[in-house]
Amino acid sequence: MARVPVQQSRFGDYGGQYVPETLMPAITELEHVYAKLRTDRSFQKEFHECLKQYVGRPTPLYFAKQLTRTLGGAKIYLKREDLCHTGAHKINNTVGQALLTKRMKKRRIIAETGAGQHGVAVATIAAMFGLEAEVYMGTEDMARQALNVFRMRLLGTTVTGVDAGSRTLKDAISEAMRDWTTNVRTTHYLLGSVLGAHPYPMMIRDFQSVIGREARRQIMAVEGTLPHCLVACVGGGSNSIGLFYPFIKDARTLMVGVEAGGMGLTSGKHAARFAGGVPGVLHGTMTYLLQDRHGQISSTHSVSAGLDYPAVGPEHAMHHDSGRIQYTSATDQEALEAFDLLSQEEGIIPALESAHAVAEVIKRAPKMKKNQILIMNLSGRGDKDVNQVAQMRGIQL
Amino acid sequence: MAAPSNRITATFDRLRRQGKKALIPYIMAGDPSLAETETLVVALEKAGADLIELGVPFSDPIADGPVIQKAAERALRTGTSLHGILQSIKSLRTRTQVPLILMTYYNTIMAMGEREFCDAAVRAGVDGVIIPDMPPEEAGSLQRASAEKGPCLIFLLAPTSTTARKAEVIKRTNGFIYYVSITGITGAKLRDMDSIKHNVRALQKKAGKPVAVGFGIATPDDARQIAAFSDGVIVGSALVRKIEELRHSADLIPEISRFTSELKTALSDSC
Repeated sequence: MARVPVQQSRFGDYGGQYVPETLMPAITELEHVYAKLRTDRSFQKEFHECLKQYVGRPTPLYFAKQLTRTLGGAKIYLKREDLCHTGAHKINNTVGQALLTKRMKKRRIIAETGAGQHGVAVATIAAMFGLEAEVYMGTEDMARQALNVFRMRLLGTTVTGVDAGSRTLKDAISEAMRDWTTNVRTTHYLLGSVLGAHPYPMMIRDFQSVIGREARRQIMAVEGTLPHCLVACVGGGSNSIGLFYPFIKDARTLMVGVEAGGMGLTSGKHAARFAGGVPGVLHGTMTYLLQDRHGQISSTHSVSAGLDYPAVGPEHAMHHDSGRIQYTSATDQEALEAFDLLSQEEGIIPALESAHAVAEVIKRAPKMKKNQILIMNLSGRGDKDVNQVAQMRGIQL
Repeated sequence: MAAPSNRITATFDRLRRQGKKALIPYIMAGDPSLAETETLVVALEKAGADLIELGVPFSDPIADGPVIQKAAERALRTGTSLHGILQSIKSLRTRTQVPLILMTYYNTIMAMGEREFCDAAVRAGVDGVIIPDMPPEEAGSLQRASAEKGPCLIFLLAPTSTTARKAEVIKRTNGFIYYVSITGITGAKLRDMDSIKHNVRALQKKAGKPVAVGFGIATPDDARQIAAFSDGVIVGSALVRKIEELRHSADLIPEISRFTSELKTALSDSC
């Protein structure tokens, strides 16, 4: 190739840049701009200042005393991303990419959203930075997450429903990519997870790594030792890689990613890519996909819209194959039970996405020793899910 | 890369000698059924198609507008697969020698296996492949798999392509260059004919390979204007929309033939 890649575009066999030619120049521009900003002091300073003053970082690393006592095993710490402005870790990445958009002198941002958390974070940051924003959302998700749709519109963002395919996150991403292909000269695609063509998975991991860097510092300050285990839910995988990445070289820290088990792995109605998927290419990247034998992408199911996606970030695919990160799943039912437990034990209503991580903690912590430390990423708060959970229980609010 | 000699190059060579431009219709394989796709291919050729593009349906076609997306959904609902399409092409080869080009997203090839795909495609009688989500950066292994026997890998260039990217595609493409007329997706509105003309002319000068133009060419008049400065014209969404409207009607084949003849006449006018 004539082109000299700015950075390695792959994580082992995974990743890459599988996008239409029309987008390639924009992807290359992004690659170059980000390669500079990654080590640019003024950019990093602006980013961290914004995380501090606007997002409310650092978020606490909270010792869940009650939950620890109830489960009777490891000491459980919760990284409180639910306390970020807008209620989830998603805002970290949107701050970084909004600053980048300004440096690229683009005025319009587009995004996809599943649960609506990324969409709300985009709408928020667009309002704050004075950018025009349009968010694509599957109509099925719009019905599940009506509150977040209203929040985005309140913040001045255009929310466009996507009625194609399964009408969920994957269709929203396809539609956002079509918009980007059409408006690439003026628009930045503010992708919300560690997916898509390089440099997105790497760049978004970098922006989210603030979670793990803080957690590492915080646990060393309180316990004077590294954690034995990290647990986080994995949709695209941005909150999990954000927590895990700064620990990746700490060989004695076990890392567990929790995928959506939906109605159970044997039901076929789930989003557990590592349990039921094989490598393929979707939305610009090569990674594990839920697909049929002809390469058609499968419909996924999860009680949580944010985990309901057939692909997983390519960096996770690499760590899966190497065994550095272990992947497991929690069913809808287990997540809902965990949702209740954390609410009642700690007075924290978790997002249904994060409740999948709680479900794994419930299984794992009791088997660990009392002097062992487990950190779970509480990636988002559950206010957005209250309506849906009430409805599932036959309660009309 | 050595070009496997095949029907695509032969067709463009013949047209150039005759001072003519290539008419390249695109239809979605399996819409409304593979049997009808076979009938349509024969009818398209009879009505004047010089090469034919067959879309392989994919569940998540990011480069396509709503018309082709819906066609893919229809084709998938009737169980169309890449395997089935290759079988249809094999049977078509007893009836026609028109160059056939698959337009497919990369995942369907990867699911079959790159080498298996190349072997099966060539055996069935496929001449070329266009993969809208595979830029040259990611094409290395498929290019090696297809180098010896084909099929031709046809790369795309867009209005946003840089000079370096143009040079790379010119070097790698086999058969012709697919120039995307607009910054957008299939079926979008064509605009700014002057800049398309300028870009295509510049490309032809450098390439020494045929340049066919697609995306947004909907009417005989569009086709006439594009043909005036390119080597070929690709018409997709406009045809697919007609197939959508007439798919349950006895007028399907006559109407598609009539529209194709109109396009053909327009191309002849432009020369």
